[in-house]
Formats: sequence, structure tokens, C-alpha cells
Amino acid sequence: MDGKENVNSGPLRSGTVEILLVEDNPGDVRLTKEAFKECGHVFRLHVVDDGVKAMLFLRRQAPYAAAPTPHMVLLDLNLPKKDGKTVLAEIKKDKDLRRIPVIILTTSKAEEDILRTYDLHANCYLTKPVELEKFITMIRSLEEFWFSFVHILNEKE
Amino acid sequence: MDKEFGMPIEILLVEDNPGDARLTQEAFKEGKITNNLHVVQDGVEALAFLRKEGAYQNMPRPDIVLLDLNLPKKDGREVLSEMKQDLVLKRIPVVILTTSKAEEDILKTYNLHANCYVTKPVELEEFLAVIKSIENFWLTFVKLPPK
Repeated sequence: MDGKENVNSGPLRSGTVEILLVEDNPGDVRLTKEAFKECGHVFRLHVVDDGVKAMLFLRRQAPYAAAPTPHMVLLDLNLPKKDGKTVLAEIKKDKDLRRIPVIILTTSKAEEDILRTYDLHANCYLTKPVELEKFITMIRSLEEFWFSFVHILNEKE
Repeated sequence: MDKEFGMPIEILLVEDNPGDARLTQEAFKEGKITNNLHVVQDGVEALAFLRKEGAYQNMPRPDIVLLDLNLPKKDGREVLSEMKQDLVLKRIPVVILTTSKAEEDILKTYNLHANCYVTKPVELEEFLAVIKSIENFWLTFVKLPPK
């Protein structure tokens, strides 16, 4: 990355929103895809199923050389190869990546996970509801807040 | 989590514009989630509140901070920087809530680990929509750090 960035003149209201979903459970991937389909923005969900692939994607290393810089990362915590906390720590220590909002999306309600990830500068922490309806309501709230009101940085093409 | 036990969510609003502070207060009062909104008007007061110094000894630690950038005495960027370097305070989510749309402010505050950056719309209805969305997302769905 060359570090040149482009800030949306206003919050992101149009155009495709690129999201990197780091999730190893195929059922949860499907649920998340369904929930985003219900939303008003156009989303492109890129899915990787372990922490090593997540870092390769974000750093545009093979096989992800052509990957876009995502507007947001949705990060599960329990992942094969490299776990979510390690991925989070690496993103937030990297001066090119740390501005990307990282939203923890996990089934864990453990206090130590919540505290530890906020200490590592997670942008926020969400737990996955089991029922689809509730999951959709949550994703809608996320969509409305982050993509209608929040200013997010995205890299120049 | 607090909301599940019916404990009010403690919000610290750092805002020197009395009109904006009042509007924010009104909007949160109308919300569904029980909350206590504490307002301080400059950056020095904000850090004193967070560190429970002086008059703020008996104040609760906020669950979330809404931080304006242009503030008297110590500006929002400095408050954010001090918070995020503090081992105890860094875990408290900070929502930047400002009229500034300057690229350098957005870049700088994300680099300093602001949790998100929101601009205040001038129009009343849009302003209320922003506060409502903060309530709906941050106070309803987000797991805030336990105390």
C-alpha cells in the first residue's frame, strides 16, 4: 500500500461497500450473507476462514493480490491457524491497516474476550444472536450506523 | 452486561456548545435504553471526570464517551490520545462527534484509535437521527467493556 487515502466527503451512502468477513463456520457465513442481503447498501462480502488468510487478504499477498482494501472487517475470535485476537493485534499495530474498523462478531460473551479485544483497539464488540431475525436486526443497526453516519476511510483506486 | 441487568449506561459527553449538549441530552432521554448522560465542556474536565479527580471523585466510570474535537483548554485530539495511551481508560469506546469533516481529523483520530468518527449534521432532524442511531447501535447491540 502506498498510504495514499481518500476520505469520503460525507459518510458512505452510495457505491459498493467491501467487507471482509473472517469466519470459519459455514453456517455463520451463510447467516451473515443473508443478513447483509436484507440491507439497503450494496455489499460485497469477502470471506476467509482463518486468521492467516485474513492477514494475506489485508496485505494483498498471494492469492489475494487483487483484493480491495475493505471498508470494514468483521472478525470472529475462534479461528484456525491464527486466532482473532492475534489478527486484531496485527491490524491495529500496522500503520497502513489500523484505520480499518474491526468489528468483533463472535458467540463468545466472556468478559475477558470483551476486555482484551477493546484493549487491542477493536472498534466494537458484537455477539451473534442464534436466531436469524435477531441477527438481521443487529446487522441492520450496524449498517445504519456505520454506513449512513460514520466517516470511514477508503483507499484511492 | 449492564443493560441485561437493567443498570443504566453511563455516557460522558464532552461538548462545549450548550445547544448541541442540550439536543443530545433530549435525544438520549427519549431513548429506550436507560442511561445517564454526563456533560463536561472542555478537555481538562473530561480527563478529570474519567480519572475521578477533584469534583468527579464519586462519578461512575463512563461506559462510552462522545467526544467533540474543538474544545477549550485541551482539545479532543489530545483527550483521545491520552485516553488511548492510558492502560485503564483505553478500553472505553470513544465516538468522535464533531462538525469537522476535515480529512486530517478523520485520519488522525482513527490513527489514535478512535472507535468511530461521526459528524454532527446542522439540521435538527438529522442530528436526532444520528443520536438515535448511536443509541440503537452502541447502547443496544454492542457489548461495552465490563467494569
